[in-house]
Amino acid sequence: MLTAAQARSFQTNNRIAVERRSSPAVADTPVVFGLENVEVFYGAFRAVRGVSMQIHDKQITAFIGPSGCGKTTLLRTLNRMHDVIPGARVTGKLQYHGVDLYAHDVSATEVRRRIGMVFQKPNPFPKSIYDNIAFGPRVNGVKSKADLDAIVEKSLRAAALWDEVKDRLKASALGMSGGQQQRLCIARTIAVEPDVVLMDEPCSALDPIATARIEELMRELKSRYTIVIVTHNMQQAARVSDRTAFFTAELDSKTDQRTGILVEYDTTAKIFSNPADERTENYITGRFG
Amino acid sequence: MKDLDLRAKPSWRSTKSALMSGLMLLAVLVVAIPLVAVLWSVIDRGAGVAMKDFPAFFTNEIPLVSRRAGPGMGPAILGTLLVTGGATLLAVPLGILGAVYLHEYGGTGAFAKAVRFMATVMTGVPSIVMGLFVYIMWTMRFGYSAFGGSLALACLMLPVVIGSTEQMLRLVPNHLREASYALGATKSRTIVTIVLPAALPGIVSGCLLAIARAAGETAPLLFAVGAATAFNPSLFDEANTALSVQIFGNATSSFVAAQDRAWGAAFTLVTLTFLVTLTARVITARFALKR
Repeated sequence: MLTAAQARSFQTNNRIAVERRSSPAVADTPVVFGLENVEVFYGAFRAVRGVSMQIHDKQITAFIGPSGCGKTTLLRTLNRMHDVIPGARVTGKLQYHGVDLYAHDVSATEVRRRIGMVFQKPNPFPKSIYDNIAFGPRVNGVKSKADLDAIVEKSLRAAALWDEVKDRLKASALGMSGGQQQRLCIARTIAVEPDVVLMDEPCSALDPIATARIEELMRELKSRYTIVIVTHNMQQAARVSDRTAFFTAELDSKTDQRTGILVEYDTTAKIFSNPADERTENYITGRFG
Repeated sequence: MKDLDLRAKPSWRSTKSALMSGLMLLAVLVVAIPLVAVLWSVIDRGAGVAMKDFPAFFTNEIPLVSRRAGPGMGPAILGTLLVTGGATLLAVPLGILGAVYLHEYGGTGAFAKAVRFMATVMTGVPSIVMGLFVYIMWTMRFGYSAFGGSLALACLMLPVVIGSTEQMLRLVPNHLREASYALGATKSRTIVTIVLPAALPGIVSGCLLAIARAAGETAPLLFAVGAATAFNPSLFDEANTALSVQIFGNATSSFVAAQDRAWGAAFTLVTLTFLVTLTARVITARFALKR
């Protein structure tokens, strides 16, 4: 059952989406990620082919598309999480504020410090709520207890979790509900004050109410962070994002392998009201996918 | 009219089921007989000896003349603690570091595979071969000492510690490592602050089981430790002794007094091992609750 407040929040969300459709102007903020002909490999297998796009500052960019189209793979290349997988490789040009992310002298840990990530499944550490948030700042050299306390409170407030957990900061994070755990993971990510937050289907394991909370949170965080979100939920992309990229998988008849390609990238309003490509239209209208 | 007689009907299938259940129960009982018999005879014949004039048996020296009746296994208890403790200090840190390398760094590389294979082979090496190895490499040069025994037991424990630790590291979900990397933590930092703490209870109980097993080893100690009868608190100097060695020596003696002391030593050793195993079980249970 929805409470009245939650119902109102849903209505507001929908109205925002509708309003956006009637006014498709999205500000041309500075470019954070510049991708040119990016290809991503797992060993010899090419998972993503020829992606060129620009992701803009302080906006929410959504990656949508059917399963296996390389959305998550591409997202993971943006903060070098792709490196963690043995045999993984990236070619093409992938720039972050004009700096080549895959240059030889670029350290993956330095990249990830600036570009945080929230995963599909809430993955709090088996530690206390406090220690979960303090982990990142500690890794980055914050030692004083007072500073850590301040960061923990600020991050939990920003993730709209403070009031729920302020009395049990020393309790295990594993005792929280799924939605709380995911907000904890968001709080943990913004505790290191990143520039960008990458979200890999952050709501797929959550119920609609928890999802609404996270979406609300994303809209708030947008004023301070650039957000890139992978989602299977088209309504979610329409509700929260400024720009949407539609990916699909192409079957290579010779190798019988699926490779992800970027079909269309535009403002969310344009993608959902008047897509240029037929494949996009088929997907968003539910005729394919 | 529908057939609503839902009661089980006698059939060959149900007879077979009952027969097989009976056979399994029988097998369990047959397996339990030697276990219970060993435990019973050790308690029956050892507890009385060990508990007589408590704590004389645990604190007195071993009678030099073995036909003389009377208590005394103190030096052997101290020796067992020294030898096993030394072995633990050698095998546990090395084993854990080795397992961390194998699982977190080596992965499926050729070197890691080779090391893992050799560790598996080492698990199957008879303990007397380890004793011989240590006798040749250490005891022939430096003489009898508790440390020689520690070396031999460490060789036996090492593959067990490596195996169980790697198993525990494998249980740490990968998404925890990813979460740590995504916050800008380095690999070493992730291992020390996330992976090892998450696996710690399992690693501890694995190590305790290895220790409990090593504490009862006899063959390698015969070569390396000697069979002193007086207290020797030194790890490195002079011959020492251990409970298992004393059990062997006294039980093969022809004097009843010595045989009694062997039973008492056996009781002491079983109790020690039981305590270590119990600790391991308690920690494992806690670990299971946390998951």
